Amino acid sequence: MVKLKNDFLKISNTKLKSRLIVGTGKYKNFKETAEAVKASGTDMVTVAVRRVNIIDKRKPMLTDYLNQKKIKLLPNTAGCYTSDEALRTLRLAREMGGWKLVKLEVLGDKKTLYPNMIETIFATKILVKEGFKVMVYCTDNPLLAKKLEDCGASAIMPLASPIGSGLGFQNTENISLIIKKAKVPVIVDAGIGTASDATIAMELGCDGVLINSAIANSKKPTLMARAFKDAVISGRNAFLAGRMKKNLLASPSSPIKGLI
Amino acid sequence: MAKIQLNGKKITIKSKSTIMDLLIKYNLNNKKIAIEHNGTIIPKLKYKKKHLKNDDRLEIVHFIGGG
Repeated sequence: MVKLKNDFLKISNTKLKSRLIVGTGKYKNFKETAEAVKASGTDMVTVAVRRVNIIDKRKPMLTDYLNQKKIKLLPNTAGCYTSDEALRTLRLAREMGGWKLVKLEVLGDKKTLYPNMIETIFATKILVKEGFKVMVYCTDNPLLAKKLEDCGASAIMPLASPIGSGLGFQNTENISLIIKKAKVPVIVDAGIGTASDATIAMELGCDGVLINSAIANSKKPTLMARAFKDAVISGRNAFLAGRMKKNLLASPSSPIKGLI
Repeated sequence: MAKIQLNGKKITIKSKSTIMDLLIKYNLNNKKIAIEHNGTIIPKLKYKKKHLKNDDRLEIVHFIGGG
């Protein structure tokens, strides 16, 4: 039996106790972010790189609200539409705190926020050459996901559906194909709408899920964060346990013998 | 005096100011930021040595909430 204590999510050399990674965007304020992050039980959150507000000197920073001894920051290139922008962002992120483990996403279209896979593959190759450990946001195309792994990606992060849409899975079969072929962790990145979607991801055999909007845009983010924590653990346990076979017809749960 | 562009805004600073002088002026913790000077990333150790001159472009970034 797999002991859950030892069931780490290992991405490159980074070991995570929780298989839930949480995004820190869209919250009302930093206090709400911090509470949701805590309730989720995560040990990794994504962050974006943006200009410092030089006018308001006292403006609090997100990093003041997160205990970085417990929570690892995963710099992300959200908002970048070219490989050049993404590379610039991640090189700055590395300078900020020495991060090598980063998340790459190069977007292709403002309406769908679908990844531009040509730019994404190009940027992955350069980042790997520069010593980065790259977790890569991608489409659910199994061939392209494999291509990213061949380019040296440390984790593959296919979308369930468009970023922030909350539509849940649009193609679980493709996600299963990606998982079957992958030797690096597969972490579903975008489109998860509610806790049961995360359970489905884990039951499919995903190594983890990344959630932002589904928690931040819920009515009670802290409670939803807890729901996701449980959902991911449940899904993982169900995957490890191995589900029963589906049968077309019924099979009685009580023995026939001894019926009165 | 020197005129530079800081995060897209034109500002005036004292001549021969260093990047570190600017960080002190704006009350910024150098551990939580990264800096690009005319398109080149400046290592933290060089903040004290890097002098700013007219028309320099400086970008100071930090981590914010994001997916």
